[in-house]
Amino acid sequence: MSSLTATNSQTRPESDWPGHRLVVEEPLRLDCGVDFGPFTIAYQTYGTLNADRSNAVLICHALSGDQYAAEPHPITGHDGWWTTLVRPGGVLDTERYFLICANVLGGCMGTTGPKDINPETGEPWALSFPVITIHDMVRAQKLLVEHLGIDTLFCVIGGSMGAMQVLQWVASYPDSVFAAVPIAGSARHSAQNIAFHEVGRQAIIADPGWCGGRYLSLGRKPARGLAVARMAAHITYLSEAALHRKFGRNLQDRNAVTYGFDADFQVESYLRHQGSTFVDRFDANSYLYITRAMDYFDLAAEHGGSLPAAFAGAKSRFCVISFTSDWLFPTSESRALVHALNAVAANVSFVEVETDKGHDAFLLHEPEFFATLRGFLAGCAEHRGLSWPG
Amino acid sequence: MSASEALRLPAVAAPVGAPAPDELRRDLRLIADMIAPHSRVLDIGCGDGALLAYLAREKAVDSRGMELSQSGVNACVGHGLSVIQGDADRDLEAYPNGAFDVVVLSQTLQATRQPRRVIETLVRIGKQAIVSFPNFGFWHIRLSLLWRGRMPVSELLSNPWYDTPNIHLCTIRDFVRLCDEIGVRIEKSVTLDRHGRPFSLDPRGGLANLLAEQGVFVLSRGTP
Repeated sequence: MSSLTATNSQTRPESDWPGHRLVVEEPLRLDCGVDFGPFTIAYQTYGTLNADRSNAVLICHALSGDQYAAEPHPITGHDGWWTTLVRPGGVLDTERYFLICANVLGGCMGTTGPKDINPETGEPWALSFPVITIHDMVRAQKLLVEHLGIDTLFCVIGGSMGAMQVLQWVASYPDSVFAAVPIAGSARHSAQNIAFHEVGRQAIIADPGWCGGRYLSLGRKPARGLAVARMAAHITYLSEAALHRKFGRNLQDRNAVTYGFDADFQVESYLRHQGSTFVDRFDANSYLYITRAMDYFDLAAEHGGSLPAAFAGAKSRFCVISFTSDWLFPTSESRALVHALNAVAANVSFVEVETDKGHDAFLLHEPEFFATLRGFLAGCAEHRGLSWPG
Repeated sequence: MSASEALRLPAVAAPVGAPAPDELRRDLRLIADMIAPHSRVLDIGCGDGALLAYLAREKAVDSRGMELSQSGVNACVGHGLSVIQGDADRDLEAYPNGAFDVVVLSQTLQATRQPRRVIETLVRIGKQAIVSFPNFGFWHIRLSLLWRGRMPVSELLSNPWYDTPNIHLCTIRDFVRLCDEIGVRIEKSVTLDRHGRPFSLDPRGGLANLLAEQGVFVLSRGTP
């Protein structure tokens, strides 16, 4: 199908990437009004679906994430982004749950996105790809979950943009989510966060290699722009304390500053590395589309400006988690969400985890975070009547 | 200052003939006995969730909690209880009217910033509110101030004045008067002696105010 044929300069051809593909033939009505399709959803699963089909967990990935949550990345070879949680005996135990993680619509890891071929033109979609929303991503995920024969997901979980998808799931399909875990998220993207995204997008667009978005057709690549976008974004994922602890004002492979614009400081070198490695695995236009989807996310706006109204029919058990040093999705956002859930007397747990690791804490080993999540899931499993031998 | 730190302190005396460690603290047991099976309960300042767990287990109560300390919340959520990290001053407003059958505020009122507003909110969001607090009119406290001339430190109020979450202490008489002023109905009251044993005295009388180390009140929204 379409996306399988569209490869770029990656080391391992896309057709060799592990995981599954679902081709959706029926067009999907997107928020922008376009009926989009057919399209491909690339996804990965871990563990086994039980006979009752009641142990399925949907993992929603963040902006730069993908479906390879718990296995080496096919391009970088790095461990999956949530290997700390998703493993045998882990908090998201692959021996107990059937875990599903799908690349989002508009992504660049197998699900149809702007780098894939538009069958009508035979060229990559580029900017002719329709603008997608978090809601559209979730609509596509719902099709996948139905395809897998699952009526009710035991849990929908995700951090950052993943948390937005979790909330959209609950708002759109309240009967299909038993437990919802939005981590380091928000019910709407803040002005500050839109501003940071705009900086990233403008860096890409200003790169001569971007060519109005048609870089794939022209054999070009806006590598510098995408790297700068990633560098700026990466700062927002950390905290002042974490940067200071990791790098301080330490110099990189030198004893004194060079009175030039080399990466004198370790923190500069680190950011440059983050930027350049990102370019190898991410498509610049996907970055534009996915950041846009986050910017447009405002769950209350979909419900007449009332966030509680978005959760009016919610039956799920919620566990909202934030991190003290996260200034991108600060605790105040999670607390506002909790208040909205309280307003409809939903079943909510809320924990603010103490850490200096910033927004990225949701990807890292945080014992308190893990303990909370493990306990919450155990309680939910009991209420759901899930049990395992031993 | 925290609303619920008070609960993490050894706030309530381990009285003579104390219950076994795995049993519920005596004042919490008293509160638990006032709650009907299958009701929906919010415990504010729920600490490690002892009351919530007891209510869920023994009375099939739909129990929710609120607690300020991360350790308390984690302990609760880790045991499958639904608990929000928050405090009584800031995080109760969003609940709709009558969201709960019973709202419990145990040994926490004196640590809130706006106790009057908190009480009003309790009886708004709960059909009933159960409030317990240390009585600053207790004879031991009065004597301590009178004879020693220093801020009282007791088993219930165990912190020195410069390091206490208890910023709004009151007597039983003060509490009753506030309820009258804001039109909150006292449905029931129980006074406890220094061993945590209940005794029956009219909370409006001077003797209760002198002899009770703590009071437990069942409140509801009065009819104005």
